[in-house]
Amino acid sequence: MAYSDKVLDHYSNPRNVGSLDKNSNEVGTGLVGAPECGDVMKLQIRVNPVTQIIEEAKFKTFGCGSAIASSSLATEWVKGRTVDEALAIKNTEIVKELALPPVKIHCSVLAEDAIRAAIGDWKKKQGTEATEPAKVQAAQ
Amino acid sequence: MATLAVPAGVTLPIYIDNHATTPMDPRVLEAMTPYFIKVFGNSASRNHSFGWAAEEAVETAREQIAKLIGATSKEIIFTSGATESNNLAIKGVAEMYQEKGNHIITAVTEHKAVLDTCKRLEKNGFRVTYLPVQKDGRIDLEELKRAMDDKTILVSIMFANNEIGVVQPVKEIGALCRERGVFFHTDAVQAVGKVPVNVNEQNIDLLSLTGHKIYGPKGVGALYVRRRNPRVQITAQIDGGGHERGMRSGTLNVPGIVGLGKACDIAREELASEAAHLSGMRDRLMKNLMSRLDETYVNGSLEHRLPGNLNISFAYVEGESLLMGINDIAVSSGSACTSATLEPSYVLKALGTGDDLAHSSIRFGIGRFNTEAELEYAADKLVGVVTKLRELSPLYEMAKEGIDLSKVKWDASAGSH
Repeated sequence: MAYSDKVLDHYSNPRNVGSLDKNSNEVGTGLVGAPECGDVMKLQIRVNPVTQIIEEAKFKTFGCGSAIASSSLATEWVKGRTVDEALAIKNTEIVKELALPPVKIHCSVLAEDAIRAAIGDWKKKQGTEATEPAKVQAAQ
Repeated sequence: MATLAVPAGVTLPIYIDNHATTPMDPRVLEAMTPYFIKVFGNSASRNHSFGWAAEEAVETAREQIAKLIGATSKEIIFTSGATESNNLAIKGVAEMYQEKGNHIITAVTEHKAVLDTCKRLEKNGFRVTYLPVQKDGRIDLEELKRAMDDKTILVSIMFANNEIGVVQPVKEIGALCRERGVFFHTDAVQAVGKVPVNVNEQNIDLLSLTGHKIYGPKGVGALYVRRRNPRVQITAQIDGGGHERGMRSGTLNVPGIVGLGKACDIAREELASEAAHLSGMRDRLMKNLMSRLDETYVNGSLEHRLPGNLNISFAYVEGESLLMGINDIAVSSGSACTSATLEPSYVLKALGTGDDLAHSSIRFGIGRFNTEAELEYAADKLVGVVTKLRELSPLYEMAKEGIDLSKVKWDASAGSH
């Protein structure tokens, strides 16, 4: 299978690899996927409590090159956005940016899920109503 | 990623996937060459020298193949490859002996050419038992015995597995079949030329083999069909001119057959020394990887294994991303992402290897033309990539924190799963 240049770039030079303190009140952690399915993504955000802007994002991913690229890209995209802006990121945008083939669309869906899960976790810590993750539609 | 210096004498990419196919041995090509343009006759042409020359070449090849597996040349039927041989053996026996019984026994780790053939027969009224395998990849003989009943006509168990290289107790399986008057077919594609195969000593009644796994050409294979003690008859699956004593019609692929014969001839002469050489290289590769990487597991029996096979799982790292990082080395993976079905290897799953380890597996098929330097380079590269991907792996991090991953409640609903 041929990978797009962007997938290869993220795979070779993944952005924002690492972990944030999951016990910090400013940090939201999302862990999605399952080992037996071959993909697990952990995405973490650190949100400025005043501006609600995501100032830092980190990820770790167990999965194929497209899963690694999708989550790496997701950390790049959420950084500098407000929480609400980050929630607006759609998996289809990730598919387009990375030129993912149809069999790899689930990687982008997982990345979108990871963003939502991280924000959901952060919101829970803030005592605000955690918004139910919207049903994700795979772009087939 | 830091690039690794390529040692002298190593040319990239490196091919270590010899269970998928092998390059042809130049000696095989040399033997085949005259049979394309000069000696091009149809071996079925009985009335001129062109035909006779082709027929002579075919009969020489038949003897070379028979000799490698301890058979007689009249027991060798040429086919287009092992998929056809497996189809012909299983369907041919099923059809011929359906009056006697309708039960067939095989194993869950068989190649699809056997499994899907059995599935088709099930649609046609046959009953098939799919034996499980033990943790080491071998079937349990007691279980085989229990599965046999008075309707059993055929047992089809592969000689050696294509993914994990595990060699089945073929001789014992054959003895059980003999005792019960059941025919024994073995898909020996991976075993012929790699480990000693003898149809008489090992009680084999039908055996499939192919050219392209033993440094011969693609598109040519053979089926051994026992002629006495007991005599096995099969119903032809391809009708036509009645070639191959009516068992497989179609003009013979003379150059391919010459190549297959030559490949068998070389394999017979070099089997012992080659097996020792390959298993030495395999063991060194395994030690090299396992001494440098923790949580690395070999899948399947090490004792009963093809000399050139190493199937190994690197926990917490996904196979396709691993292959991406070693893209100048051709190996294969049991990861779902590398398969057309998006399912992890059914062979590894059958061993009871967790799905996560199946996703993390790499299969090396070391062959005649691999060198020690190539394997050392591959190991260095792999160690670097596994280390990097583990730094990237949330599972590795969690395991290092002491979290039992089997107890985590995973959200498997995400994505397409």
